[in-house]
Amino acid sequence: MRNPLKPLVEKFGLPRVIIVSFFLFLIAAAGMFQMNLMQLLSDCLRRWGMYGILALAMVPAVQCGIGLNFGISMGIVGGLLGGLIVIQFRVAEMPSLVAVHPLFAMWVAVLLAIVIGVLLATGIGYLYGLLLNRVKGSEMTVTTYVGFSIIAFMNMMWMLLPFTDGELIWPNAGKGLRNTISLAASFSNVMNKTLAFTIGGVTVPTGLLLFFFLMCFLVWLFMRSKTGMAMSAAGANPMFATAAGINVNKMRIIGTVLSTVLAAVGILVYAQGFGFIQLYNGPMMMGFTSVAAVLIGGASPRKARIAHVLIGTFLFQGIMALGLPVANQFIPESNLSEVARLIISNGIIIYALSQVKGGSGRE
Amino acid sequence: MNKKSKFNVWDFLFQNKVVLMFLVLCIGATIASKQPLTFVIPELFTRIARNSFIVLSLIIPVIAGMGLNFGIVIGAMAAQVAIFFTTYWGLTGIGGFAATVALSTPIAVFFGFLVGKLFNYMKGNEMIGGLVLGYFAEGLYQLLFLFIFGGVIKLNNSDLMIATGVGVKNTIDLKDTVKYALDTVPMLTIVEVGFYLTLIGLGCSAAFKVVKKQAVDWKAVAVKAVAAAVVYGLTFIKPVERFLSADRLLLLSAVELGCLLTVLWQAFLFARWKMLSKRADEDSILEPLNTQKMIAYVALAAVVYGLTYIPALYKVLIAVKLPVMTYLCIGALCGFNNILMRTRLGQNMRTVGQSRTVANAAGINVDKTRVIAMIFSTVLASWGQLIFLQNVGTLSTYGAHTQVGQFAIAALLVGGASVQNATNKQALLGIVLFHTLFIVSPLAGKELFGDPAIGEYFRVFVSYGVIAMSLAMHAWKKASKPKLESDGEGSAEAA
Repeated sequence: MRNPLKPLVEKFGLPRVIIVSFFLFLIAAAGMFQMNLMQLLSDCLRRWGMYGILALAMVPAVQCGIGLNFGISMGIVGGLLGGLIVIQFRVAEMPSLVAVHPLFAMWVAVLLAIVIGVLLATGIGYLYGLLLNRVKGSEMTVTTYVGFSIIAFMNMMWMLLPFTDGELIWPNAGKGLRNTISLAASFSNVMNKTLAFTIGGVTVPTGLLLFFFLMCFLVWLFMRSKTGMAMSAAGANPMFATAAGINVNKMRIIGTVLSTVLAAVGILVYAQGFGFIQLYNGPMMMGFTSVAAVLIGGASPRKARIAHVLIGTFLFQGIMALGLPVANQFIPESNLSEVARLIISNGIIIYALSQVKGGSGRE
Repeated sequence: MNKKSKFNVWDFLFQNKVVLMFLVLCIGATIASKQPLTFVIPELFTRIARNSFIVLSLIIPVIAGMGLNFGIVIGAMAAQVAIFFTTYWGLTGIGGFAATVALSTPIAVFFGFLVGKLFNYMKGNEMIGGLVLGYFAEGLYQLLFLFIFGGVIKLNNSDLMIATGVGVKNTIDLKDTVKYALDTVPMLTIVEVGFYLTLIGLGCSAAFKVVKKQAVDWKAVAVKAVAAAVVYGLTFIKPVERFLSADRLLLLSAVELGCLLTVLWQAFLFARWKMLSKRADEDSILEPLNTQKMIAYVALAAVVYGLTYIPALYKVLIAVKLPVMTYLCIGALCGFNNILMRTRLGQNMRTVGQSRTVANAAGINVDKTRVIAMIFSTVLASWGQLIFLQNVGTLSTYGAHTQVGQFAIAALLVGGASVQNATNKQALLGIVLFHTLFIVSPLAGKELFGDPAIGEYFRVFVSYGVIAMSLAMHAWKKASKPKLESDGEGSAEAA
């Protein structure tokens, strides 16, 4: 008799089995402690939508062959700049827009921020793609440090950029932008609130989820298009793709730009759900969180699908949402869940890296 | 590259572009910070003593082809676990420090072994793997210090533990335990211990040869023993004893001693050559004496000695006090790195680093060699962290290790090292440049932009940026190699 779990473990990989079991354990524990499961589920859904698009940014990157894009911070800074510009010009408080509906004004603000972010991210992503085409085989190492560098560089920029709005800069004549900028006056929770409804105690952030699914659908559509197919081919087998007349370098640039753009959109969606824009070192580890999410969903450094994003983000963020209250039941006021996050997210990345045999070896 | 008929200035500038850039940056920032050298230099020497050891621990993995070892963070964690326990047990002084080293070593060996094993599964991805592994280990470390200490293992010590009894406090004061334990070893003790060690060493090697029935050059042994005894005997002269009984050495004295020793050494070489040439046999070929080089050394020593009389330099030189034992340890590690490369193991590492395929074909156990390299690096890193901690005097339980890997690697790269090539000289030069920048950049930021935070962000950016640039340049070179393209592309990136 074979162990019936063995094929399952082989197919999904041991860490994923552990993570799913852990998730189920957390649900059971939460039930046991008589917690408000419905409220926790609402939290899961909210986090799912918030982090989803950032994880989605991995799909084009992996498919076009650059691997796990630890450097989505490149796109994130674009998105942050978009958000800051919208706040600076107080778009959400323009009388003509507010006259229609306050929520409408907020939507205009967030969409404008996204458009600016996307434009910036396209430019950044193109340059980034050019760099990545020069460093084939070591993209992951390079992207990580290029991502860290841009965050460190922007730290200086946040101090020096000429923003003047009182919401943005430190009060009392301090220098530079604030660490966390409240979005209460601009587009805080605009997506979460739109069409939100509560059913049986579960709050469903409809607007947020719809936007997330729309993005997933757009990426799915792109992947099915001729360019998307060519891109996947270029990523899966560059030699073969070249032979088939595909410009591999161009496809890699397209994938990188797309990934960077999605990161810019993702950070704004995250910020609106969180209610604050975090500057300075806030977004530094975003890349790791997103990478961990798709990996938990079943992706590998060579293959990632939309389904991986949906499943992975839900599981990962579910563990985060459930972990904190459950951990507090065991040890009050501890950051056990933060420790769990470090172990889970980095553990799954290590597992994935150790599975890539000869993927980008030195010889 | 292969047409090196004459010294080309541009080639030199291009090959040392990183070092030169940082040299300019350091000088500029120092001037901009408006700080006197009497402040910058002593601070710099403190930082050299603290950080050199851990930077030097990065060299072995680079040679073994495993790139920049971001996994040294794990060595640092091993050190911190050890220092926590010795503090808990209340061990103090140099004995406590030795116990900490003894405890951290097996932990680091074990961790290094695990890291090495894991890296064998991710060949070519060691650097990103090491980085992520550092974060992963950080999670386990926090689990250990926040929950297992006190939660699972009962520890009763209100100075170390949080009031609830579960979890270790944020900072642990080492003032009464191992602070300056290594720095304050008096020179007299060092000489004394060195004398006995030399005697033991000579005795052992002679005994070993006798047992192995090899010829023993009793005369040479006797000469060495007498020389050691003479040096030891010198310490009984009152002024020398007084001079050596201090634990810190004035930089001025160090420079003077250095000059004196250079001259004496050259004189010794000359005398020995004279003696040997007098009774030279026909079959022994004497190497001709390089008089030019010797005169150059002596002249250099004289010039350096002369420079100490310049008032500005003199002020700096009497402001710096070197912790002798710490600097000796750093020197010893430099020596160890050099000697290791002359052994069979070191040669194996070099071969593995150049090509795993070739190494495998030559019968070298590639995986095992890589694991050994990792063990060396992790153990050395843990010792380096201990040296750092005993000098700083407080253990920031959850923060002391986090930046270790990044700053050490950045320092190494600033000195001109690359992913595939690193030497002691580059490491030391890198530490000097990187830490000069570290000291002066907040002050320069304050002077230039009116805010020290800019300077702080700048130095963090530099440390990330130099790593990113170095990794990108390495990957670029690697990717363009198969196409046999000229390195014209490389120069564009560098600019």
